[in-house]
Amino acid sequence: MIRGKVWKFANDIDTDAIIPGRYLDDYSPASLAKHVMEGVDPAFASKVSKGDILVAGRHFGIGSSREQAATALLAAGVEVILAKSFARIFYRNAVNQGMLPLVCPGCSEAFRTGEQITVDVEKGIVQSAGEAGKVIDLERMSPYISKIHASGGLVKLVRSELGRTCGDGKDK
Amino acid sequence: MGYPASKGLRADHHGTIKIPSHHTSVRMSVATVCEKILARAAGLGSVMPGDVVEATPDVALSHENTFLIHRAFREMGGSRIVNPSSVVIVLDHRAPANTVNSANTQKAVRSIASDLGITRFFDVGAGICHQLLIEQGIAKAGMLVTGSDSHTTTCGAVGAMGVGLGASDMAAIWAKGSIWLKVPESIKVEISGKTPKGVYSKDISLETVSQLGAMGADYCCIEFHGDYVSGSTVSERMTLCNMSAEAGAKSAVVPQTVLPDPKAHYSRTIQIDSSKIEPLASTPHSVDKVATVRSVEGTKIDQAFIGSCTNGRLDDLALASTLLAGRKVHPGTRLIISPASAEIYAMALDKGIIGTLVSAGAVITSPGCGPCLGAHQGVLADGEVCISSSNRNFRGRMGSREASIYIASPATVAASAIEGKIADPRRYIR
Repeated sequence: MIRGKVWKFANDIDTDAIIPGRYLDDYSPASLAKHVMEGVDPAFASKVSKGDILVAGRHFGIGSSREQAATALLAAGVEVILAKSFARIFYRNAVNQGMLPLVCPGCSEAFRTGEQITVDVEKGIVQSAGEAGKVIDLERMSPYISKIHASGGLVKLVRSELGRTCGDGKDK
Repeated sequence: MGYPASKGLRADHHGTIKIPSHHTSVRMSVATVCEKILARAAGLGSVMPGDVVEATPDVALSHENTFLIHRAFREMGGSRIVNPSSVVIVLDHRAPANTVNSANTQKAVRSIASDLGITRFFDVGAGICHQLLIEQGIAKAGMLVTGSDSHTTTCGAVGAMGVGLGASDMAAIWAKGSIWLKVPESIKVEISGKTPKGVYSKDISLETVSQLGAMGADYCCIEFHGDYVSGSTVSERMTLCNMSAEAGAKSAVVPQTVLPDPKAHYSRTIQIDSSKIEPLASTPHSVDKVATVRSVEGTKIDQAFIGSCTNGRLDDLALASTLLAGRKVHPGTRLIISPASAEIYAMALDKGIIGTLVSAGAVITSPGCGPCLGAHQGVLADGEVCISSSNRNFRGRMGSREASIYIASPATVAASAIEGKIADPRRYIR
């Protein structure tokens, strides 16, 4: 069960809004996090806290293949994104980074910025933390996506597939 | 060169096709181009939309983000690339380097390419990665081409299945030689009819995106058919396949060598009458907000850009020079032109196209992505308006988030540069 504070975003949040192209010459996650969502809300980076949850409409992450879009969100503390739908490459990138991009058609209408919600991936539901009654269904992740997530992302999954040992101190 | 469409099916000496027991004849006779390419790349007799397959790409393309790929590859425990001959690296996004960070990244990528024995490495100035894949004959019909860039769909112009991925996925390809891919549904786009004067493949692409919607082809493969497509040039096909990414397509292909079965299943078919299209433009801030150029004519512009993997080829530059010959770029407007490759640049010089454009007042940049991604070579200021032959007009894409971008054909961009406001190219075309 994951609990966190909601930040609401609209439909069609593109990768240039998540992390503008001019910042992509710096590959450090901390630098990327300083500009996260700058294209939509220039103050977002200073407001977001670790464990916060993004709730968005259709096509979250539309546009470029830049994996830094996922990296910037993760470095800013966002691990869970609930959206009506995701753009294909962003979805892969987020899963590969160990994040939880969850398809939730009803979340956008149900929750508002600042609200505390709980996400139960096993039961496939999202709830307002405070009041009872508002229970929204999540779409199930496909088995392969679940496997990547359970491994902690694609890097760790491939490393275990290749038989490399963990614990070299490089784990994020 | 192509690949056998259905590995595992063989005619015996009587000419009778033997179908392995785990296949059904129904499944085999309904495959689209992307299904055939993925089945071959996964070593399977057939695949169905929705199947998750482990596929071996023929090409693994990356650009400056090779830096990130290499980092993930090392974290995966990778030391040597399983299939180094599939790897193609092109420095094109900030070429030559625009900041110290970019310069350091490019320096690191040069070392990575050298250390890992990558022979197909193209340094700054060679051109845009998607252009080089086709120009250098790397992408071929029937191939599975993966690239860590969303416009990898472009190579569908020569019948390859191009799929864009992120850096971690590409690192997995380096480390394992293969990657998981979900078999997409296919959408058939039939384009027929003689195009009117002043209408180009970009206008047809915008009409296609408009009909499909910005994510109307999300997770799907677009297959292009119809007499317009069969009569089109590779350059025109590259524009069609490139812009398919703006409809969310996983891939887009003009069938050749590997052909769809007559009864191939398409989740959707759309028909476009190319004789009924007029010059079009995407309006701020979404590519699928398509309007006729007529309806936005007169909008004052500060910058005009011709270039990118969508429309920076010789025919695009030649078309622009036809409009600009003997004319000048409007005072107060700047026209920036980025040839898509060094080869195109050299040919355009040789044909006098560059001379004409420079005489008209255009700024010619080094071959590469140019100002398309908002990193350099023509970043937009607050409140400025740009008309561009590129592919994306998201808010902030080319610089300030207070700027606006219109996307149109090179002819419309050139006509607009002449007038300093959005202009219908048909007035300039005899």
